[in-house]
Order: sequence, then C-alpha cells, then structure tokens
Amino acid sequence: MIWVVRIFTTSIGKKQLMALTGLLFLLFLATHLLGNLSIYGGQGAFISYAEHLHALGKLLVVAEVGLVVALLIHITLAVILFFENRKARPIQYAVDKSGGGGRTFSSQTMPYTGFLILAFVIFHLATFSHHIVDQTHRNIFQIAYELFSNKGILIFYLAAMVVVALHVRHGLWSAFQTIGANHPKYMPFIEWLSIIFAIIVAVGFGSLPLAILALK
Amino acid sequence: MSGKHINLTLKIWRQNGPQAPGSWEIFPAKDISTEASFLEMLDIVNEQLALAGKEPVAFDHDCREGICGTCGCAVNGRPHGPDRETTLCQLHMRRFRDGDTLVIEPYRARAFPVIKDLVVDRSAFDQVIQAGGFVSVNTGQAQDANSLPVPRNKAEEAMDAAACIGCGACVAACPNAAGMLFVSAKVSHLALLPQGRPEAAKRALSMVAQMDALGFGNCTNHKECEVECPKGISIRNIARLNREFIRAAVASTEKIPASGGGQ
Ligand code: SF4
Ligand code: FES
Repeated sequence: MIWVVRIFTTSIGKKQLMALTGLLFLLFLATHLLGNLSIYGGQGAFISYAEHLHALGKLLVVAEVGLVVALLIHITLAVILFFENRKARPIQYAVDKSGGGGRTFSSQTMPYTGFLILAFVIFHLATFSHHIVDQTHRNIFQIAYELFSNKGILIFYLAAMVVVALHVRHGLWSAFQTIGANHPKYMPFIEWLSIIFAIIVAVGFGSLPLAILALK
Repeated sequence: MSGKHINLTLKIWRQNGPQAPGSWEIFPAKDISTEASFLEMLDIVNEQLALAGKEPVAFDHDCREGICGTCGCAVNGRPHGPDRETTLCQLHMRRFRDGDTLVIEPYRARAFPVIKDLVVDRSAFDQVIQAGGFVSVNTGQAQDANSLPVPRNKAEEAMDAAACIGCGACVAACPNAAGMLFVSAKVSHLALLPQGRPEAAKRALSMVAQMDALGFGNCTNHKECEVECPKGISIRNIARLNREFIRAAVASTEKIPASGGGQ
C-alpha cells in the first residue's frame, strides 16, 4: 500500500483527517457568518455582499468544490468511525455513567448532530444556493424573506443553529487535540474558544432570519 | 477493630467461560465492615458462597496496594468505582452507604474478552507493548548520571506518563473502548527521554498499528479515560501520541506496519 494511503487507514490518521476537514468547516462558518452579518447594514449591504461574492466567479467555484470534497471526506470517515466504535464494544454496560464528568452532551451527540447538520445543509443549499435557486427575478433578500415568513421553516432554521453550535462546541477543541495541539499554555483558551464560538454561531446565525424579517 | 458495618445488595455479572452467555446474579453482602476494601468485601462474600456450596465470584487482583494494575471492574458503571485516582483494591467500603445496591460488571470491550465472571483478558495491552513499547539497548554498567542530560520538567512529564499501571480502566471507561490513553502513556514516557528518541518513530507507528489490529475503538476525545484513570494520566499524552504518530508517518523513513506491529 502507498504509505500516504496507509496513514488514513489507521485510527489516528482517520481522526486527523476528520479534524482537518472539521477545522476547514469552522473557518468556513466564520467567513459565512461575517459575510452574512452585512444584513445589519441594511438590505442594500446584504444584496451587494451576495453580488460581490458571486462576482468572485472561478475562485468561488474552487472554494465550493473544496468544501464539497471536505464534506464527503468528513462524512465518509464519520460513518466508518461510528461503526468501528460500536463494534469495539459488542456488549454494553448495564450501568453506563459518566461519574467523573468526562463526556459532555455535545461530545456524546456528535454523530447525531452531524447527521442533522447534513440534512440542514442539503435543505439550506436547496433553498438558497445560486446554483439551485433562480436569483434573476428575486434578489437574495426577497428569497430569504419569503422563506422565513414560513413559521415552520423559521423554527427549523433556529433549531438547526443550536444543533450546529452543539457540534462546534465539541468539534473545535477536539480537532486541536487530535492534531496534537494540546499545551498547558493555550489549551484552556482553546477549550473556552469552543464554547464561545459555539455561542457566536448559535446567536450570530440564529439572529439573521429574525433580522431579515424585521427589516421588511 | 470496631468501625461501622453495612449491608449491601450486589448485582454481579456471572459468566462461566469466554464462550458462555453470562447472566446477572443478585446476592446480599451482609455485615460488611466499612474498613474493608472493596476486594476484601468480595472475599467475604466469596467465603459465604463457598460455605453455601456455591461457586465463588472470580475477580482479578494481585498487589492490593494500587500499584500492579491487576484489579478492576466496573462498579455502578464506573471502572475502579466512584473514587478519583483510586484502584479498586484501594477503594474502601466506607465509600458506600447501608442499603446500597452495587452493580458489578467486568470491563466491556471487544479487545478485552471475559475469561470468567469479572476477569477479563487484557493481554491485548501486552501485544501493544511487544509491538514497540521498549528500548533496544544492551544494558550494562549504570552510566554516569550527567552523560545523558534530561531537563527536570521532561523527567517529571516522563514519570507522570510512566505511572500507568496498565489496568485497562481507560478502555473500560471510553465510550468507544479506545486504547489511546494507555498507548499514549507508553509512547510518551519513552518519547520524552533521550534513551527513547532513537526508536520513537518506529515505536509510535508500530504500537498504533497493533492497537488498531486488536480491535480497540477510535478516540473521540470524550475525556472519560482521564477522569477514570487511577493514576491520573492526562489526555495531553494522547495529543503527544497524535503528534508523534503523524510526524513519524510523514517525516521519518519508518513505515506503518501493514497489519499490526507485532509478530
Ligand atoms: S492509562 Fe490509566 S486507566 Fe489506562 S491502563 Fe494506564 S493506569 Fe490504567
Ligand atoms: S490489585 Fe494491584 S492495583 Fe489493585
């Protein structure tokens, strides 16, 4: 086997690829949020942000392809690791307690929040992506406004942001630990950052639909 | 010796052999001194079982002073019981209250099959050590202490990692039954010292390959191992193993053994 491929068949190799793709998504989340915050500059700022983004042309396509490839890797490895880990404990404990307080709700629900995020991403792209939704007759603000006027969809979006936040809360520090970046000097900061960034994601993205509805 | 005496109900996993199905058995533990250790409590129960003509409960133990790593089972879902940094043999019955019910289970992991009752086969750990958890030097005369300078903080870190007694509680506590805390402790205590450096790359690759081949799970950073480890081994060792591994895989000439680093 080629040595590079062999790395990614080991437990640590698979996890490090999970971590790197995860870090990429965190970076994407940060830029996506920063861009979308332009809504607070009013309708005009928001629309012009979307137009500038699409004007990137080929550069944007490269970024999109990169994210899709990373997503496929992240999902494939998640499925493999999930089933390997279930196989590693064929008989469950009768009493299964975290008495010492190691695991968190967020760490325990990673596979499930991950699955829900995938469902959300598909829905989100189907309702917003300029590749799928025709944006010649309606601008992005109108599309968003119509969508969020539907109470069900609004609640779905808000709930999805909480799910993303839960995934981020364990994923961020966990990615650093997996690539080997755990140091007494900065690990406490990274652990805090996980929680703070999770809150920023939930509140930041969660406020966008409400801002859009309020702006009309 | 005076002290208090308590009555408990024990729900213990009984399994006659590796292939036997196994089932729960409930019996009372009457008049247990709170000064008894957990294992002494099991001894008392076993005496009563033997007198009644029943098969005593098989459990692992050796030093009974918290240094050998032989004892251990899950008590109410917690490896080595509820106390932090305490092996099962060092856990005392004063920790429990009169009338408590204790659920006592063997460690559950594919890599640690049950031999009988609460005894599990942890030779998978030995196989991981055989894959590289050593230094190949000819021992001779003790060297002059200053010929190999070791900074004090490195010596301390190496000693902290070397405190691992190989009990397997980390695997038992891990929701994924991963062996990372043990393997990382073993890789770390050698990687931190000059004697361990020459073989560090080969060691990390071989031990990880062997760990994977033995059916341990994949670490997802739940930290359960760290909080249940009787020797307080830190997950910073796992981060070090992750670093050692990727550095060895990418930047050394050593290859990852095809399947398992052992023989
Ligand atoms: S790391 Fe801790 S829990 Fe794991 S085998 Fe060593 S001493 Fe036991
Ligand atoms: S019997 Fe030796 S550590 Fe418990």
